[in-house]
Amino acid sequence: MSPNGNGFKRADFDAIAASIRPGARVLDLGCGDGVLLKYLKGARGVTGYGVEIDDAGVLGCVTNGVDVIQSDLERGLSDFESGSFDYVVLSQTLQAMMDGERIINDMLRVAREGIVTFPNFGYWMNRLQVLGGRMPVSDNLPFEWHNTPNVHLCTITDFEVFCARHGVKILERKVLTGGRAVTVLPNLLGSLAVYRFQRA
Amino acid sequence: MDTGIASKSVGTVTPQTASFAEPLSLRSGAVMDAYDLVYETYGKLNAERSNAVLVCHALNASHHVAGQYAGVPGSTGWWDNMIGPGKPLDTDRFFVIGVNNLGGCHGSTGPASVNPKTGRPWGADFPVVTVEDWVATQARLADRLGISRFAAVMGGSLGAMQALAWTYLHPERVRHALVIACAPNLSAQNIAFNEVARQAIVTDPDFLGGHYYERDTRPTRGLRVARMIGHITYLSDDEMASKFGRQLKNGKLNYTFEPEFEIESYLRHQGGKFSEYFDANTYLRITKALDYFDPARDHGGSLAKALAPAKANFLVVSFTTDWRFSPQRSREIVKALLDNRCGVSYAEINAPHGHDAFLLDDSRYHGLVTAYFERIYRENAR
Repeated sequence: MSPNGNGFKRADFDAIAASIRPGARVLDLGCGDGVLLKYLKGARGVTGYGVEIDDAGVLGCVTNGVDVIQSDLERGLSDFESGSFDYVVLSQTLQAMMDGERIINDMLRVAREGIVTFPNFGYWMNRLQVLGGRMPVSDNLPFEWHNTPNVHLCTITDFEVFCARHGVKILERKVLTGGRAVTVLPNLLGSLAVYRFQRA
Repeated sequence: MDTGIASKSVGTVTPQTASFAEPLSLRSGAVMDAYDLVYETYGKLNAERSNAVLVCHALNASHHVAGQYAGVPGSTGWWDNMIGPGKPLDTDRFFVIGVNNLGGCHGSTGPASVNPKTGRPWGADFPVVTVEDWVATQARLADRLGISRFAAVMGGSLGAMQALAWTYLHPERVRHALVIACAPNLSAQNIAFNEVARQAIVTDPDFLGGHYYERDTRPTRGLRVARMIGHITYLSDDEMASKFGRQLKNGKLNYTFEPEFEIESYLRHQGGKFSEYFDANTYLRITKALDYFDPARDHGGSLAKALAPAKANFLVVSFTTDWRFSPQRSREIVKALLDNRCGVSYAEINAPHGHDAFLLDDSRYHGLVTAYFERIYRENAR
């Protein structure tokens, strides 16, 4: 599953890597061809597995020397024992999940901390396109309305309201645009959100 | 299944025999005082002796994994599409060993061999052998060949059970295990199929309680039925439908009990072919080995505990239409490996062919095995 089409950019990797303790055990959900885990192995010395549904992604992981479990995230994480990881990463995939609440809960069962990244629907360029009467299409949201896998797009504010209502404590937030950190008006000026969180 | 001669082959191969005189205690309590193992090797063992790959065979196969025998048409090895120069298991890089298991009927000591104590064929007196027993004999062969640690042990179906057993019986001797179309034990349904097959054999009047060799007869009718049953379970419903459907042999119904549907003559053909070369006593024992395989049994039913000693990295592969060893069974193995924090990759190949898919040339499947062996090769080169 690669709902953002372009895959990862280096800045996203750095933002996630900086949130992860060296040597940690990491589960990367919707890992694609495993480049993030490969990067984290090199940059932070992590161990762990990717989970990926797509054949090409699984092959990519094996080629990249990343352990991968071919599985549909919509089936949940029942293959993984509670508390068996330090971090579960869900990168650019939450917006494509049928049941976002379930996956967040499952993430916090399997690991102490979760990390999600998602395209911020509240980003001004997206708002502008909606204002112009069209669904947004951008680098982070490269699909047309009729072929997008993204079924649950949200804004930074939406996600934080969700966390508050569902007993999820946000530990860290990074907002990026074009790879650069955004500190002012993040829900308007940020195109990508990175959150680290735990059970409240 | 004959996969045909591929463009690149290990070429002409010759089996070898290793004789073992040190007694071997079997799981059943029986002791084999001495035995022979027939094996083949392809490729070259490197100076570090670190590039050896053991390929374990399933029910009806043998040590003849790849290549052909000189002057024998149609003698292509059973996994020739997987193993050879430039193939997924590349014999230009790896030293590959195929071995006929103890109790087999392709040259290793088995029920048709002469029992030194009686001077007559073992027949029914040949002990029941298990997956763990086979691994013990394979380990002795590895010792003989000077291989202390395999780069990989690989197998499909029953062969995969042996690969899995290697990882917990000899954790230090296996760097990687390729466990393909496997199950952590047989389901009741699986055991049931095996029992029907065995009953077909033992109730054949020519079976003679297993001592048919001396009477110069063979229970071919029973074997034929056993193979037909097995064959049904190796194919998916869809595969059978697309291959045969309700096609008639002669275009019309004859209202007789002769084969009229294509599937009937196909099964008879497969059964007939099999009964000509396979030994009934071996078939009985191999199906029993399948039934008995259950590593969790010795660990209070916990597969995770059974696999706890494993140190290998794993590639586990299942096929979506395999209803004999379904993906769910492979997932049980994967879960147990995850629980033990083993290195494991798991792929579920969407293939229409049922259990037999592990023998076929599917590009996603072979691409994955190629990539995995590439990784093993890279690690080895470091």
